[in-house]
Amino acid sequence: MKYFARRLGFYILTLWAAITINFFIPRMIPGNPVDSLIAQRRGEIDSNAIKSLDILFGLDKHQSLLSQYWSYLGQLAHGDLGISFQNFPEPVTSVLGSALPWTLGLIGTTTILAFLIGTLLGVFAGWKRGTWVDGLLPVTTFLSSIPYFWLGLISVTLFTGVDSWLPSSGGYDPGLVPGWDFGFIGNALRHSILPAATIIISSVGGWLLAMRNMMVTVSAEDYITVAHAKGLSDRRVMTKYAARNALLPSVSGFGMALGLVVGGTFLVEYVFSYPGVGLQLLNAISGHDYPLIQGVFLTVTVAVLAANFLADLAYMALDPRTRKEG
Amino acid sequence: MKFHFRLPGVKVMVGLVLLAVFTFLAFFGSALAPYDPSARSNDILQSPSAKHWFGTTHIGQDIFSQILVGTRSVMFVGFFAGILATVIAVIIGVTSGYLSGWAGEAVSTVSNVFIVIPALPLIVIVTNVIPNSGDWAIAMVIGCTGWAWGARLLRAQTLSLRQRDFVQAARANGESTWRIVGVEILPNLTAIIASSFIGTVMFAVMTEIALAFVGVSGISQWNWGEVLFWAQGQQALAIGAWWWFVPAGLCIALLGTSLALINFGIDEIVNPRLRGAGRTTVRTADGRKARMRFGFTPVLTPSADEGGGR
Repeated sequence: MKYFARRLGFYILTLWAAITINFFIPRMIPGNPVDSLIAQRRGEIDSNAIKSLDILFGLDKHQSLLSQYWSYLGQLAHGDLGISFQNFPEPVTSVLGSALPWTLGLIGTTTILAFLIGTLLGVFAGWKRGTWVDGLLPVTTFLSSIPYFWLGLISVTLFTGVDSWLPSSGGYDPGLVPGWDFGFIGNALRHSILPAATIIISSVGGWLLAMRNMMVTVSAEDYITVAHAKGLSDRRVMTKYAARNALLPSVSGFGMALGLVVGGTFLVEYVFSYPGVGLQLLNAISGHDYPLIQGVFLTVTVAVLAANFLADLAYMALDPRTRKEG
Repeated sequence: MKFHFRLPGVKVMVGLVLLAVFTFLAFFGSALAPYDPSARSNDILQSPSAKHWFGTTHIGQDIFSQILVGTRSVMFVGFFAGILATVIAVIIGVTSGYLSGWAGEAVSTVSNVFIVIPALPLIVIVTNVIPNSGDWAIAMVIGCTGWAWGARLLRAQTLSLRQRDFVQAARANGESTWRIVGVEILPNLTAIIASSFIGTVMFAVMTEIALAFVGVSGISQWNWGEVLFWAQGQQALAIGAWWWFVPAGLCIALLGTSLALINFGIDEIVNPRLRGAGRTTVRTADGRKARMRFGFTPVLTPSADEGGGR
C-alpha cells in the first residue's frame, strides 16, 4: 500500500502545481486583456460573473497576491471557472462539459487500441528478431515521424469528398440533435473513423518499438532459457514468460505518454473540426477567450492525472512487487 | 583514452546523411532558394513544374523557396531547444541521481510533475501570452518544458552508476564530488545524453511546427508549419492543391525519421542486445531450417535418408 499512497501523494502535488501554473499565467499577460474584454461587455455581464472573473484573473489590484491565490483556490473548489467570452454568456464549465465527452471518447478508444495493437506487434517483432519482421521497424518509424495533423490532412484529401461515405469534418451531421439514439450514435461513429484512424496510425509505432526493445532485452534473461529448456512451447514462453515481463515498462510508460498523445489529438481535432476540448482550446486562443483557455488547461491536466492513476492501478495488478508491504 | 571507431550500420548512416542534408539547407537554404518566398507573382496555384518545383500558392508564392528558407527556423528551434533542454536535464537528472535522501527525491518529483502535465497545451498557452514571440522565445519555452524525460532517464542511470565499484573506489580515494560526477559518471552517461538530446530535438521540431500550423506563433519567419498554416487557411485540400502541403509534411517526416534512425544506433550502443541479430535462421545442407536462439546450440544431425526427418 506504500506504493499506492506515494502515487496518490504525487498526483495531489501535480494537481497543485497545475493549479498554481494556471493561477500565474494570466497574471503574466502584460496590460491585462481580460479587463478590456470585460469593459466591452460591461452592460451584459452580471455582477456575480464579473466578481468570479476578477478572482480568476487577479483584476482586483488592491488584494495581495497571497489573498488572490486563496480566493482563487476557494473559487475553484466551487467549480466556478468563469464565463466564456466567445460563447457568451455560457459559463466555461458548461462549454467544457459539452466538449469533454468527444475528446475523452476519441483519446480513450484510440489510445487503448494503439497500445494494444502496438504492444501485440511489438511482442511479435521482438520475438522474431532477425527475420523479415525487422523490416517493419523503419516503416513504423517513418509513420510515427509524421505529425498527427498532417496525416489527418492527407486522409481528408484521400478519403473524403462529395461522393464519399466518410465526412471530412465535425462530430456529427449539423441537422442532428445529440442524444443516445441509434441514428445519432451511428452518425457520430462515422465521423470519428478518420480522426481515430489518424491517431492510431501515428501512435502505434512508439508502442511497437518500446515493446520490441523490451522483448529483445527480456529474451536473453535466464528464466527464458529455463522455460525453453523445460520444453515449453515457443508460444507459451513468448506470451507467459517474455511478454508478461516486457509489458511492465510499457504500462508504466502508458500514463507518461498520455501527455504527448493529448497534444497530438488536439491538432487532429483542429484538422477535422471535431467538437472536442482541443478545438475549443485553439478557438479560444485565436479569440482571446482567456477564461476558456484556463479552464481547458485545468480540465485536461486533471483528466491526464486520472488516466495516470488508472495506469498505476493496472501496474499494481501486474507487478506483485508493488503490492509487497514495506 | 582510446576510441575505437566502427562504421555505423546502414540505418544510422541513412539517418546521418539525411540530417546532414537538412543542416546544409538550414545554413544555405535562403541562398539556394530560386525566389523570394514571400514575393507574389502571376503564377497562381500552379502545380509543380520546371519553373516552380513544388508549385505555387494562392498569391503566386514559390513553395519550393518557402520550404528551403523555412528549414533554418525549424532546425534552429529544434537544436536550440534540444541543447537547452539537455543541459537542464543533465543538471537535474545527475544531481537528483547523485544526491541521496530527500533532496534527490524532491528534484525527481519536480521532473515527474513536468512529464505528466500535458506539454503542448501548456506551450500553446505560454507562447500565446508572450507578445511577438519569435524563434528564440519559442525555443526557450520548448526547452524549458521539454527536459523532464531526459532528466528521468539520466537520474535512473546515475542511481545505478553511483553503486558501481569504480565510483565507490573514487569516493574512497577522497576525490571531490565534482570530479567524481565530471570524470567518473558523466562519460558513462554520454549515450543516454545523446539519445535524450535527439529525442528532445524531435519533440521541439514537432511542437514548433504544430504551433505555426495552428497560428499561435507570430508570423515572422517562414517555417514548414507556416506553409501548412497557409495551405490549411486557403482550403488547399478542398481545391485539390496537394503540392501545397505534401512537401512540408514529407520534410517533417524525413527529418523525424533521420533523428529516429540515429537514435536506433545510439540505443544499440547502450543496449547491445538490440542490435539486429543478422540472419538467425540457417538452412542446413539437407534443406532443413534451424533457428538460432540465445543460450542454445542447435544440433544439426544429418538425416540418414533423402526423405529427411530426424
